Amino acid sequence: MMKVLTKNNLLILGVILLTFAIVQVLMSVGVITSFHEITIATICINIILAVSLNLVTGFTGQFSLGHAGFMSIGAYVCALIVMRYNSVEGFLLGTLAGALAATIVGILIGIPTLRLKGDYLAIATLGMAEIIRVVFLNLEITNGAAGLSGIPRYTNWFWMYLFVVLTIVLINNFIRSSYGRACISIREDEIAAESMGINTTKYKVMAFAIGSFFAGVAGALFASYFYFLKPNTFGFLKSIDILVIVVLGGMGSITGSVVAAILLALISTFLQSFTEIRMILYAVLLVAIMIFRPQGLMGTKEITDLFQFRKKNERIE
Amino acid sequence: MDQFLQQVVNGISLGSIYALIALGYTMVYGIIKLINFAHGDVYMIGAFVGFAAITYAKMSFLPALLVAMIICAILGVIIERVAYKPLRNSTRIAALITAIGVSLLLEYVMMFFVGAEVRSYPKVLSDTAYHLGSVVINMQQLYIVLTAIALMILLQFIVHRTKTGKAMRAVSIDPDAAQLMGIKVDSTISYTFAIGSAFAGAAGVLVGIYYNSIDPLMGIMPGLKAFVAAVFGGIGSIPGAMIGGLAIGTMETFVSGYGNSMYRDAAVFLFLIIILIIRPSGLLGKNTREKV
Repeated sequence: MMKVLTKNNLLILGVILLTFAIVQVLMSVGVITSFHEITIATICINIILAVSLNLVTGFTGQFSLGHAGFMSIGAYVCALIVMRYNSVEGFLLGTLAGALAATIVGILIGIPTLRLKGDYLAIATLGMAEIIRVVFLNLEITNGAAGLSGIPRYTNWFWMYLFVVLTIVLINNFIRSSYGRACISIREDEIAAESMGINTTKYKVMAFAIGSFFAGVAGALFASYFYFLKPNTFGFLKSIDILVIVVLGGMGSITGSVVAAILLALISTFLQSFTEIRMILYAVLLVAIMIFRPQGLMGTKEITDLFQFRKKNERIE
Repeated sequence: MDQFLQQVVNGISLGSIYALIALGYTMVYGIIKLINFAHGDVYMIGAFVGFAAITYAKMSFLPALLVAMIICAILGVIIERVAYKPLRNSTRIAALITAIGVSLLLEYVMMFFVGAEVRSYPKVLSDTAYHLGSVVINMQQLYIVLTAIALMILLQFIVHRTKTGKAMRAVSIDPDAAQLMGIKVDSTISYTFAIGSAFAGAAGVLVGIYYNSIDPLMGIMPGLKAFVAAVFGGIGSIPGAMIGGLAIGTMETFVSGYGNSMYRDAAVFLFLIIILIIRPSGLLGKNTREKV
């Protein structure tokens, strides 16, 4: 029996609850207005997306450019369910169904394409996301290019925060399990991992499936927060956006993804008044980061690494 | 049957354009192993330069084409020197993200200067139609195919008969060995970017004339499709890119002609995934063995 209630875990739990309470209080007092709330929603959804993509790209080393495709599956499935069963249970059911649908598609697509390496995998996943988008554009039930509107809003700070915490805890635990270690070994050297008896295909598909599951969750939250869905929201640029968060934060660092998601959302909000040059600055920032700090803000370090000097040697580089 | 032949004609003219763009992708990938995402945007810039040359400088077709090619070549070299060269020894993903960054930069800088609206291209070629039986070929399609063929012959000549071409082939096989043999790797890479971008510029002008509309985001889709063409033909292979371009162009017109035109982009990508699974090295690509 492993000890769950260690000092560390209690501390982490405390920080999690405190963050929730502070934001909740600020919201009810009115310091955080509904304008800020949109930024917070964007941050939460992007954290889920980035952390799940980080599992695939950062930890397992499989370069995916199709994360927005899985997000769109989650979003549409959840939207369709919640529009029919307009209740909190419907929303939760929709989120679960959306995430499972994304996982199934992820597994179906992952099995053939994950044999590909590097750039080819990137292009194959990009193509796959485009196919998903085109299918949503043409389906009757998704209302084509006009998209779905009037989706009931159930996503609020509580659900968003809960799902963010769940995503981070589950993916973090996965990475620290033997499965996660196997994934990291594939990133480091696929041939060496294979010769050590690791079934690389199995672990790659597993990481891909978990990644798509949480992308589906993020999509569901997105659908139920912004009332409105259309296929072009989930284009190539959305996948790039998520990848940029992962790379900026550091591939192989969950903390990095969280920090980068917050940072980019803040920059984006700050630049809202300069719409014309916003994307130009964004692009320049991207190129500059890649030239001057290609490992991202955090590299492969986590926030806990910064405090635990004692256990330094145990860290997986 | 008539419709079939007509689709073939349309497919070949569209395919020649894809082939011109695909050549740039394949050459750059062959030499520095980078998917140059900005390539589609160089093509967009080419279209705009051609637009400016025809509208404001009152040039005719050929001079406008040449101006667009020269400006794109210079742009290609600048992109390589500023953005890609510092990253030559870094990870593939960093280089790829930089390429995406450059692509966004070109798109939105263009949008900043010319606005996001779609412009219609000035009419520079007559659209006289020739009837061969029941198949219609117009002047523009003829020009597109002829220009593409001329450029491809020129490229074959450069790659196989000149010293620069020899250097390009050597660097693509082994950059370190090439450097030891006294080849200037940096300038060879710059030449490759210049030639590839010039071809993209030419494709931009041709597309402007063919589809008659241009906008700053026009490069994304054709860029991706041209990349699919390059992968299909075998990335790194110049004849492969030509065949791939024609194949993708024809396929696209067939899907639009016989099926649902909404599905044509999906068809291209589905085709890509199937090729990658069945024959990842492409039609004419070499199989590389993995070494430990």
